Amino acid sequence: MAEKPRGQLQVQAPREVLVERGRFYHRSHGPDGAFEIAPDIEAEDPGAYDPLAAARLMAAALRAEAPDLVLTGLQSDDLGYGQTGPILAELLGLPHATLIMEVEKLDSGIRVKRELEDGWFQHVEMPLPALLAIQSGISRLRYATLMGIKKAKTKEVKRLTPAELSGDAPVASIRLERVYLPERAKHTQLFEGNAKEAAARLVEKLRFEARVI
Amino acid sequence: MSILTVMEQRGGAWNRMSFETLAAAQQLAKELKTTAGAAVLGQGVEALAGELAGKQLEKVFLVEHELLKEYTPDGYTSALRQLVAEVKPEYVLLPHTYQVRDFLPKLATALGTVAVSDVVAHRVDGGGLVLVRQMFQGKVNADVRFTGAAPHFASLQAGAYRADQIVEGSAGVEKFTPAIAAGDVRTRPAERFRESARAVDLSAAELIVAVGRGIKEAENIGLVQELAHAMGAELAASRPICDAGWLPMERQVGSSGQTVGPKMYMAIGISGAIQHLVGMKGSRTIVAINKDPNAPIFEVADYGIVGDLFQVVPELIEALKKPK
Ligand SMILES: Cc1cc2nc3c(=O)[nH]c(=O)nc-3n(C[C@H](O)[C@H](O)[C@H](O)COP(=O)(O)OP(=O)(O)OC[C@H]3O[C@@H](n4cnc5c(N)ncnc54)[C@H](O)[C@@H]3O)c2cc1C
Repeated sequence: MAEKPRGQLQVQAPREVLVERGRFYHRSHGPDGAFEIAPDIEAEDPGAYDPLAAARLMAAALRAEAPDLVLTGLQSDDLGYGQTGPILAELLGLPHATLIMEVEKLDSGIRVKRELEDGWFQHVEMPLPALLAIQSGISRLRYATLMGIKKAKTKEVKRLTPAELSGDAPVASIRLERVYLPERAKHTQLFEGNAKEAAARLVEKLRFEARVI
Repeated sequence: MSILTVMEQRGGAWNRMSFETLAAAQQLAKELKTTAGAAVLGQGVEALAGELAGKQLEKVFLVEHELLKEYTPDGYTSALRQLVAEVKPEYVLLPHTYQVRDFLPKLATALGTVAVSDVVAHRVDGGGLVLVRQMFQGKVNADVRFTGAAPHFASLQAGAYRADQIVEGSAGVEKFTPAIAAGDVRTRPAERFRESARAVDLSAAELIVAVGRGIKEAENIGLVQELAHAMGAELAASRPICDAGWLPMERQVGSSGQTVGPKMYMAIGISGAIQHLVGMKGSRTIVAINKDPNAPIFEVADYGIVGDLFQVVPELIEALKKPK
């Protein structure tokens, strides 16, 4: 966002911090630093870090940076809790909005476009500092230039451990007990064999059994 | 009362998913041998509370305040925090809507706990309540237990419980007026809007061929387009395809796109994440083509081919050319 060349957003001095499951990328006018929080999985029970316990560490690291804007994703593809953004906002005492599709700088703060269900949208205004959880599709990833990669290598990546961030052992309020493949609810007629045979069988079924084509 | 259901409304109209959550609350109350109640937040929503009074509930809370007229995460968190402090429920159930995703983690954090999101089922055993939630985009399920102190929060996925199983009854309505100061609400929402009228109305299509990330590159979309053409079907897509700009947004099916119910929906290279499924599972006949036999899409499919779409789709086009 800070590098948006012609966008409405001109980040003046503010620094933004990107948070991604335990890894932070912190930048001001282009990436100028990153930090990473890594629990010692040999010594600690990773299950003790539920979304709140993990966010507490992120909040501890972020407080020192006092960013004007914190950007998080919406939901991870693995555990998929979809909670880190709003949890962090509460811990940091920041106003927040989720499902963000656009961000615009105003004199009084920012104006964002939120996605709602069923193809609806809504604009929301809020003061800075704030936290936004970004929805997919807001921008495309670009490949870094050779220069950019070289420059990035000179940037400092701060590595922080939970012990440095919080004296206390994490306390989880939910526990993952078991992970398993779901049972099939419905009987699917599967066509196997080579692609040609399977395709012919499927078309036949759609024509004469389901009668949909 | 030990189970509180937070219903969702906007401008006096229900989000129907709330009733699935209400049904779950009644069911859970029975299994845990306790009672359930419900709350509706807003301003001028007495009629909605009145409707809830006709359900088998211990009590209905009508939570009204001028600052609850429009949804804001600050306003809702503040109001619910006060309500929960007053009612002291053991469990608080909410529908897993976009709005709930927006404020529930904040509310739970304010109370020092974590909500279990995306719940699809539950069971009660010796150790109490076990919630089942999806992970890895629906590919696996996980059993989750609360280990902290009450209240325990959970948001329930669309379609997990059936609203038609709600038991009628009668319940008293209690007014609850939270104290919210204008300064507590830091975000200012504007009116909702839709982008320019949709050029394609997928909800009217009889046949839909939809393409997902399995197609790999923009250049390959033509292959699926050709199949759609051979069938006389409309072309649709999962979100990543529209996010990447390979097809326009108006062809997106799912919770943030269109909801469709054609005679036939063919999902090609689509994994079947819940946000996609909610937009198409009402289709009469569902066909899935996917190389992963464990893809969640097969759970809703009537017919399926486990295979490489780049081999299967050209063969389907060939097979369709043959006369009946
Ligand atoms: C708030 C929110 C709203 C969302 N709204 C929507 C929405 O409206 N609509 C929507 O679709 N998604 C939505 N999503 C995203 C959703 O969670 C999924 O990420 C998305 O649906 C995945 O798209 P996909 O199935 O195309 O991709 P993937 O999940 O990556 O699946 C690709 C599939 O292709 C298969 N495949 C790969 N190669 C081949 C091959 N050669 N032959 C055959 N099969 C192959 C793979 O096995 C896999 O199953 C939303 C997410 C969030 C958090």
